[in-house]
Amino acid sequence: MTGPFRTTSGGWVRRDKPVSFQFDARSMSGLEGDTLASALLANGVSLMGRSFKYHRPRGVLSAGVEEPNALVGVGEGARFEPNTRATDLFLYPELNARSQNAWPSLGVDFGAVNQLLAPFIPAGFYYKTFLGPPRLWKVYEHFIRAAAGLGKPPHLADIDVYERRAAFCDVLVVGAGPAGLSAALASARSGARVVLTELDACLGGSLLGDPALIDGKPERDWINEVAAELTALGVRILTRATAFGFYDHGLVHIAERVVEPGEPPGADGLTQRRWSLRAAQVILAQGAIERPLPFANNDRPGVMLSGAVRTYLHRYGVACGSRVVIAACHDDAYRTGMALAQAGVNIVALLDSRDAADVSSDLSGRAGARFPVYANAKLLSAEGGAKGLARLKAQVGGRIETFEADLAAVSGGFTPSVHLHMQAGGALDWDEARGVFTPGTGRQGQVSVGACNGEEGLASVLAQGWRAGVAASAKAGFTRNPGAPPTSDEDRAIGAVQGFTPPPGADLKKTFIDPQNDVTMFDIDLAWREGYRSVEHLKRYTTLGMATDQGKTSNLLGLARLAHHENRSAPEVGLTTFRPPFTPTTLGVWAGEDTGFDVNLLRRLPLYDVHAAYDPPWQPVGYWRRARAYLRPGETLAQAGLREARMVRTTVGVVDVSTLGKFEVSGPDAATFLEKICATSVSRLAVGRGRYTFMLREDGLVNDDGTVWRTGENRFLLTSSTGGADRMAHLMSYVRNVLHPELRVGVANVQEHYAAIAVAGPRSRAVIGRAVSGVDLPRHMSLAQGMMADTPVLVLAASYSGERAFEIYVKSDAAVQVWSALAHAAAQEGGGLYGLEALEILRIEKGHVETGGEIDGRTSAHDLRLEKMLNPRGGYLGAAGQGREAFADPDRLQFVGLESLSGPIPEGSMLVSRPGAPAQGHVTGSGVRTLSEGFIALGLLRGGRLRSGEVFVASSPTRGVHATVRVCEPHFHDLDGERYRD
Amino acid sequence: MMLILCPYCGPRALPEFSFDRPVEAITRSDADTATLVKTLFERDNPRGPSRELWRHTYGCRSWLTLTRDTATHEISDIRPLGGEA
Ligand SMILES: [Zn+2]
Repeated sequence: MTGPFRTTSGGWVRRDKPVSFQFDARSMSGLEGDTLASALLANGVSLMGRSFKYHRPRGVLSAGVEEPNALVGVGEGARFEPNTRATDLFLYPELNARSQNAWPSLGVDFGAVNQLLAPFIPAGFYYKTFLGPPRLWKVYEHFIRAAAGLGKPPHLADIDVYERRAAFCDVLVVGAGPAGLSAALASARSGARVVLTELDACLGGSLLGDPALIDGKPERDWINEVAAELTALGVRILTRATAFGFYDHGLVHIAERVVEPGEPPGADGLTQRRWSLRAAQVILAQGAIERPLPFANNDRPGVMLSGAVRTYLHRYGVACGSRVVIAACHDDAYRTGMALAQAGVNIVALLDSRDAADVSSDLSGRAGARFPVYANAKLLSAEGGAKGLARLKAQVGGRIETFEADLAAVSGGFTPSVHLHMQAGGALDWDEARGVFTPGTGRQGQVSVGACNGEEGLASVLAQGWRAGVAASAKAGFTRNPGAPPTSDEDRAIGAVQGFTPPPGADLKKTFIDPQNDVTMFDIDLAWREGYRSVEHLKRYTTLGMATDQGKTSNLLGLARLAHHENRSAPEVGLTTFRPPFTPTTLGVWAGEDTGFDVNLLRRLPLYDVHAAYDPPWQPVGYWRRARAYLRPGETLAQAGLREARMVRTTVGVVDVSTLGKFEVSGPDAATFLEKICATSVSRLAVGRGRYTFMLREDGLVNDDGTVWRTGENRFLLTSSTGGADRMAHLMSYVRNVLHPELRVGVANVQEHYAAIAVAGPRSRAVIGRAVSGVDLPRHMSLAQGMMADTPVLVLAASYSGERAFEIYVKSDAAVQVWSALAHAAAQEGGGLYGLEALEILRIEKGHVETGGEIDGRTSAHDLRLEKMLNPRGGYLGAAGQGREAFADPDRLQFVGLESLSGPIPEGSMLVSRPGAPAQGHVTGSGVRTLSEGFIALGLLRGGRLRSGEVFVASSPTRGVHATVRVCEPHFHDLDGERYRD
Repeated sequence: MMLILCPYCGPRALPEFSFDRPVEAITRSDADTATLVKTLFERDNPRGPSRELWRHTYGCRSWLTLTRDTATHEISDIRPLGGEA
């Protein structure tokens, strides 16, 4: 019922629980506990996808996360997930999977014609093509575009929920195989807080595919007992949870699947959870990954890893073939042979690449009694296609033998999973005999145990895990007696030798090393002949190991081939760096809850609700939002901005400027301190007066600007730009605490303590007169205290717009009443509210520089025409920096005005002598004249201060818009300030 | 992500802190241009222990000096600024 290849009993699947699913629109049935791969194999489906470059038919190679071939798209609509490993996808009801890279169908694939073009897509194809004449690209493009890409991206936004959790533990154990379970048990019994994380759905690791007796019990009983005891001891056990990144200071990121890929989640919508786990001690028990063997057509469906074949048999009750050839370079493959023979599968031959003398006579004798065993034997080629394997050719001794078979179970040895060990900065040792890297010193004290440490034999693995568990908890301070370690009678090394070299005569153009990226041994050889000697270069040139499987089964084969050519050992050639994530991790796992509105922290200013009632277009500024304009029905944003700006010029406008940085500086040395922060003179400011100021960075460039007000003899208010406030806070703290701890001064960041509302325009005095009581209107750049709505307010006479203007500072909790009173008074004077668009139009016309625009971290005081305001006594931060050579360069970008001789000046456009010529500057802010016609802009231009009158093209080639502009002084309105000076 | 042991707050994660500069790049405010250029820009970039100025910006806001190994991120000898014995 669940497929002709299902055995009659046994395994970890629930034979009483069938699960129906679809693959390429074909309805099939599997069992609960199946992966998609095991269910397909049980149904006799061995063709699961097409390869990405040549569209070669591909089946399943492995039984785990290392799978390079059997990738499917799974799920519906917004839940669609491409590139999902069929071996790492547990069956759920109505699972719907589609094969990839096949058109029009998996069986009949037109893209397979690329196979015929294979000679034209050698290693480094893209590099060569792009370096070559452009016409070549035109020749290749049509079929490359059709074939390129692995899977198809989902085209709808993800609708599911991801969450993040942080946790701490004394001991983290990664991997719940025999080593991991033993380690976790020892640590937990010693009293440590333990987290055990396992990427599989079940605990057990290799035991799931390898029955054994532990402490005299069948492995399943032992696993269940350990799990129960760990739970009772308070161990947090995570399953379907992949530790994918090991970062600094014991931080491990774990992606936990709550539901399977493509599976609809429960009512809470939760699909995955990312754990940020900070562990005092980390024990890695990730196991090892079996390597394939190099021979021609080793990528054909029906060629599988030996251990995987055994896992499908024992765990899933699936016989992957009926006539099997086993090929390997170690003893472990004999276990596969014996297991299959036990299940009644016909073993055609076991090919052992070692000499007969190197194999224990006991082993070869027992195996030889059940099926033919050949020593000195290597696979040469496989024959078959999309429909399956037909026969295998092998070199046996000196002869070539042909075997009729539908399955090749191959193994080139086991690669310890050192990924997390290396991510954590661990070193590697090279084991020349077996051809593997094993973990060396762990920089963060991490310990690897079991197969990922190169350990063989169940008893040794259990003992090693136990010792590490005891040691880790002791290091964390827990020394309770954990009792006796688990034991097993099974304890035998597998005697592996290197299995990297194909037999002489194998067709290397069809000998795949990295099947997911279609990299052959010929490609490696070609790259080496072309001079690629560094493994990092080789990797990028051939794309070896750069697909979604990150070369889990292939990297070492490629490295060994390079080492062979170089006549050096593998560690001399080097290993590419392992970086997170261990397996592909969806972006949702990173984002967690931070999507949509929650992407950024939004801080609401006191007047937020007042603005929100107008439903204005918002502009994010710093942590806050500002209203861009208060639109009237039918108005565009540009129209509203211009209307509001004209209102300010002709009557009066009210604007919320609360986001500005505000600092109260007080103390006997406040003036001295501010003369170090501000590049302008401060100490000579009279009480009750203020002035424009700007601040430099230590390197002499302008940092920010604002105003400084002396509110008392030893008390000042300093404002900065919205975005620069955090920077200024840090800088002031640095000067006060690091450079001048002797100064008696305090700095309070009062950015959100006060709301600030500006009233600007010819009628602004009347508005203040109406709204504020007990105040004599202050003169320009003076301040006064007053009362509004029963609240004390500070009235500063300062103009940003170029009109007479006042800024009202009020405690945040009274901001709404004050705003209402000012808005009401402004309306009575024929004015109204204005937003950020109008503010910008007014600023540009008046010619004020702005942080983030002209103050861009590259401009000096001189560049911005501010040098006359510099404190002649010096002593301010950045004074010495201005003496640097580059500051005298006449070609510096300098602040200019621009008048259009044609239409609107494109924002951000380049200033060029003609379209296509090199840029000599750029437009920083584009606007219009408010009271007459004409388009104007501010900009930065090389040597611009001496170039008034020159004509440029303001060019935005990406948008295809250009304007002819003439350079002028950056002031377009009331040059002498007659409109606001007294 | 580094875990930094603030002498006032205990172990806290990296995002709470700001790196400011290597201690040797602290430039006196009355330094002349040549000295400034030398301390700010013309410094070695050693692989190994580096004495650095940090601030627990999103915590207690205190200034700290610490020794961090630039190759391994191992932090030793963290103390409040000016707390040098
Ligand atoms: Zn702190």
